[in-house]
Amino acid sequence: MLKVEGLSKNLGAFALKDVSFTVNEGDYFMLLGPSGAGKSVILETIAGLVRPESGFIYLNNEDITQKPITNRGVGLVFQDYAAFPHMSVYSNIAYPLRRKGVKGRALHRRVIELAEKLSINHLLDRNPQTLSGGELQRMVLARTLALEPKVLLLDEPLSSLDVQLRAGLRSALRAINREGTTIIHVTHDYEEAISLANRVAVVNKGIIEQCDTAEEIFQNPKSMFVAKFTGVRNFYHAQIIDTTEHELRIIQLQSGHKICGYTDESIGDGFVCFPESAVSVSRTSPNQSALNVFQGKVVDIFPQRFGYEVTVDVGFKVMALVTWESINRLELQHGSDVWVSFKANSLRFIPRV
Amino acid sequence: MISKVFKHTNFSWFRLIAALLGGLVLLFIISPLLGMVISTPVKTLVDTAAEQEVIDSIWLTIWVSMAATIVFSVLAIPLAYLLARYDFPLKRLVLGIIDLPVVVPHSAAGIAILGFIARDSFMGKTSSAVGLELIGAPAGIALAMAFVSIPFLINAAREGFALVPERLEKAALNLGASPATVFFTISLPLAWRSIVSGLVMMFARGMSEFGAVVIIAYHPMIAPVLIFERFGAFGLKYARPAAVLFIGVSLIVFVIIRLLSRKNKPNA
Repeated sequence: MLKVEGLSKNLGAFALKDVSFTVNEGDYFMLLGPSGAGKSVILETIAGLVRPESGFIYLNNEDITQKPITNRGVGLVFQDYAAFPHMSVYSNIAYPLRRKGVKGRALHRRVIELAEKLSINHLLDRNPQTLSGGELQRMVLARTLALEPKVLLLDEPLSSLDVQLRAGLRSALRAINREGTTIIHVTHDYEEAISLANRVAVVNKGIIEQCDTAEEIFQNPKSMFVAKFTGVRNFYHAQIIDTTEHELRIIQLQSGHKICGYTDESIGDGFVCFPESAVSVSRTSPNQSALNVFQGKVVDIFPQRFGYEVTVDVGFKVMALVTWESINRLELQHGSDVWVSFKANSLRFIPRV
Repeated sequence: MISKVFKHTNFSWFRLIAALLGGLVLLFIISPLLGMVISTPVKTLVDTAAEQEVIDSIWLTIWVSMAATIVFSVLAIPLAYLLARYDFPLKRLVLGIIDLPVVVPHSAAGIAILGFIARDSFMGKTSSAVGLELIGAPAGIALAMAFVSIPFLINAAREGFALVPERLEKAALNLGASPATVFFTISLPLAWRSIVSGLVMMFARGMSEFGAVVIIAYHPMIAPVLIFERFGAFGLKYARPAAVLFIGVSLIVFVIIRLLSRKNKPNA
């Protein structure tokens, strides 16, 4: 178990402020945030490359805050790989093993084993300069795993790879985690977080905005930053103007439109958001239970991984996810007249602090 | 030749003039050396090469300079690493001190070293206590050579270390290597080319030193001193074959070292 407590560090341009989180054994923990948020510095502090000004780091209940880099037992995979250019792939992987005094046949067996695990056994004699980005990433992963780290720290491991390589490496990372290695992974890509993490900490400007299970973060963002960053696109500055029974609220958007939503917040200023997937699009007035129904025109159709993101202008812009079959069935195109509807219970209201 | 130089580019007067001026410089370097070689008959060269005094002095020059380079590299390379990696108060002053031997007149340097190692000085007393003669001895010559040539090694090695990405050293630390192991397995091998070039420069500079050495030790005679002595005692004609011979030997040695260092690209 890794516990970070009240970590602070001033680095001129930005600062880590009172960063605390706990990573349980076997976790796939994701530090999610925009670039420059301080995610990498958090990793480097855990690895001991950066000394914090205050705060503590505990690894299995041992205070490692002041421990030298060398004997922390924490493996860090650098974003730029940090492959040793004067050594073969084999020697790179063997490096931490040699430091541990592993020799001869045992060394050879272990290197082969790691190389096979990451499917790079055909590259062992090559020089790192001749490898592609994906191959390099696998090599440094094998090298770091050779250390048998108590925690594996990954700094944007997928960011410089193309989509196909990314999928392969993703499953490799997941397999490593399933075998029991605790992973802390830094990323700016929330899709990466959704697909890999079981717990996520959203980092912004040196502060942990929210730390929770992936589901909690994406379904219940606790701040505007998290909501926006995690990709909730229907996100509006709004005001609760009226309350009714059963916690149903009338929420007025800045555009003047009123929508209904459930929240236990009272009258006041804030933000409202609802997921794109909660919005239905139809050509005729929907005869449904949805409380929020608006008529408007399609202003944008943008292809997505699983269909299209359709933007409808109903006086304010609503984004919906529509499968490609529905696009054809509804004959949607720019300027089509449509109805959009979304349920009051799909709304989330975040009061402004 | 000119047509080749300008083949793929537009003609420019500036480039032509720069090339002509550059050619003059090259001529200035080559022609005295070439002239000396041409005006030395092969027979006298062979005769001189057979003289025991000449052989001894060239041999002495080579091995003393090499010894000085190797012994002082043990001190200079770690210093170069510190200078490349860390900032500390008065660092600029330290860098200035390292360059000092380059600007000090070498005869003055010789006088300074002589005072430093004189028999009544601390160094002189200590070394004679352990039976090591400095003045008029190879050890003293080595000190004089090292004094004037060590900046070349320190500066080249420092530049080499500065080019090694610090990330690689940090990665090695993270992989369980101690700082000393990181130095020997990462920093040193990656800076090796610059260090070798610094070693060659230091060795070459040590071999060619005259001013500082002649004050510490006229005898035993290193080649530059021998050439000077023959010139003073017998004149140009007599000094020339020794000079040509020494230049030839120096060239051969450097070519060999360069070739060796190119092949021995270290692999950890």
